[in-house]
Amino acid sequence: MTAPAGATIDAVVDQVDIVADQVVSLVLRRADGQLFQPWQPGAHIDVHVGDGLVRQYSLCSSPGELDHLRIGVLHVPDSRGGSKAVHALLAGTPLTISEPRNNFPLRESRRYLFIAGGIGITPIIPMLEAAQAAGKEWTLIYGGRSRKTMAFAQQLEDKYGPERIRIIAEDEVGRLDLDQILGMPRAHMLVYACGPGGLLGAVEERCMGWPPGALHTERFVASTLGAAAANAPFEVQLARTGTTVTVPNNKTILEAVEEVGVRVLSSCRGGLCGTCETRIISGEPEHRDAVLSEEDREAGEVMLVCVSRAAAGCPRLVLDL
Amino acid sequence: MTVTTHEANVLGEDPFDTANLLDPYPFLGRLRDAGAVSYLESTGSYAVAGYQEVYEVLTDFETYISSGGLGPRDIRKDSGWRPPSILESDPPIHTVMRRALTGVINPSTVRALREPFTPPAEELTERLAQRETFDAVTDLAEKYPLRVFPDAVGIPDVGREHLLPYGNMVFNAFGPENYIFKQAFAQGDEHAAAVMRNCQRENLNDTGFGAQIWKRVEDGLITEQQATLLVRALLSAGVDTTIFGIGNTLSVLARYPEAWAQLRANPRMAKFAVDEALRLESPFQKFHRTVAVDTVLGGVHLPAGAKVLVFLGAANRDPRKWGDTADEFDLNRNASGHVAFGMGLHQCVGQPIARLEMEIVLQQLLQRVAAIEPDGAPVPILHNVLRGFESLPVRIVAG
Repeated sequence: MTAPAGATIDAVVDQVDIVADQVVSLVLRRADGQLFQPWQPGAHIDVHVGDGLVRQYSLCSSPGELDHLRIGVLHVPDSRGGSKAVHALLAGTPLTISEPRNNFPLRESRRYLFIAGGIGITPIIPMLEAAQAAGKEWTLIYGGRSRKTMAFAQQLEDKYGPERIRIIAEDEVGRLDLDQILGMPRAHMLVYACGPGGLLGAVEERCMGWPPGALHTERFVASTLGAAAANAPFEVQLARTGTTVTVPNNKTILEAVEEVGVRVLSSCRGGLCGTCETRIISGEPEHRDAVLSEEDREAGEVMLVCVSRAAAGCPRLVLDL
Repeated sequence: MTVTTHEANVLGEDPFDTANLLDPYPFLGRLRDAGAVSYLESTGSYAVAGYQEVYEVLTDFETYISSGGLGPRDIRKDSGWRPPSILESDPPIHTVMRRALTGVINPSTVRALREPFTPPAEELTERLAQRETFDAVTDLAEKYPLRVFPDAVGIPDVGREHLLPYGNMVFNAFGPENYIFKQAFAQGDEHAAAVMRNCQRENLNDTGFGAQIWKRVEDGLITEQQATLLVRALLSAGVDTTIFGIGNTLSVLARYPEAWAQLRANPRMAKFAVDEALRLESPFQKFHRTVAVDTVLGGVHLPAGAKVLVFLGAANRDPRKWGDTADEFDLNRNASGHVAFGMGLHQCVGQPIARLEMEIVLQQLLQRVAAIEPDGAPVPILHNVLRGFESLPVRIVAG
């Protein structure tokens, strides 16, 4: 269900609800009254929030209802302005968005463990619906600071029951006990986790003891760059034009390539949306995105040129550009 | 839902008899054709050889457990010849060890090995390219991993001669206690003691994977005994299998001169050639799992406590998965999904290192050898569970 990246839709904010402390939920409809394209759980849309800013928000409505889309947005005071702009929107406001795209698809399996931290609940909600409809064995572990900060917690508990939905509010019972939650891998169980980077890092660390490929995550912010990351300048050879570009340490591949007039389709420019995915013909990338799966990274065949670079010791990447 | 079950097809043939070990594929074809699950009278175990059933056993680690050991005996009842390894454990014990190992061996630590792993491959292949004939196993495949891998783990030079005999013990013990097993264990205590010594922190250098594993003890993730066993797992699993992987890849390519020419034109394809060769001639052919609770597989009822012999090498040639050309090497085939490194929870952690070694050695050989062909019949090795060659004479054209 991948829409052509970059295509935009004129939409209208149909409804605005405060669904938790600092969390607003928007219901969006197409301005032309048509239905949205079908989408799968885990999908997100781009929202053009003004001043050239484009942000990605996961869909938390039902994929079965295509007359509207719902997103939930946490107000992040120290962000670069995206969430503040969204929180200022009123019902009736026109809004430019993209068709749904999916970098976090729910793969077929027999059992699921969903882990959500705070606003990370949003892409999980349609996944719960799909797992339930398919009669799968599943559980959601949903952690947050307190119940009043946790969007949709009560609705989910009412809908699916406390057996399936485990709400872990820090002010009641403390933080998620990941050692306990992930200490015992289960056969044919996939783990889907979404939330802040710290939580996902801790989940990733524990899932190293799980079968390869069991864990699927989506990050809302690009991974913090490690201090050891390669920052040396390197060369990028563009196979289709034969041009070679030097990428200095203060520029991304994307910026360096655009400067010589080569077009690369991109959107978030932050390693979050996957639009600029590029095939690697040779060389070793150092992936800095939050999109590619472990298998993708291991295969080393594609990279996101908006954030990822050449690996330490790899002086040249040849890319299919 | 009622599941209709039927009795397993009983097979009188013995997968561990000499003829079937030296040339396994005709027997494996008959085993696949006999049904989803067979019962082997010779070993008293059930057997699966089709891709679908093998995949199911490998991925359902709750029903088909590993703590019973990978051999035909249940080491829970009848303790094994050594403390159980990560391969012989289930969650949650397995989980902390796996986590420690995955934290140490990952794409970035493996990527860093390309540099130290390349010069020995250059040197070895350069020397062989001066000759018209050589033995691809004894002159190359057996030499290369022993040159690079123990260094990567960080063990001392002293005692390295025990690694191959030790690996021979470990893997042969996944089969019955036949004469091959007994031969492998002839000086077993000596080999085991020497390898265990090299797994201790004080005998490991500060930079290798061994030290990194021990670092996880300081982090409180694993115990000292677990660290010792993890280093031992690397040393026992990381040498023989890679040797066999290189030898088997060359045994295949010597038979497919057009593939060699294609690879010469595009050496980047080397990793795909290795992958397809691993599918076709899987070094790790088979091992056992233990049934934890009564279950049904392929319509056959399996009782708790039963042993299941899992034929990875047969699954990798199952025509239902790979098509009519399953027994052929095809450089353009997408071999992904093969189970040569296992699948799921116990999937080989060292896989990226093994792939790196195989790819480097092949690429270096491709650079120096214009053509390679068999120079006499390869001599298959008599081994309970590994598939490989003792000797693989080849004739080459340098250039």
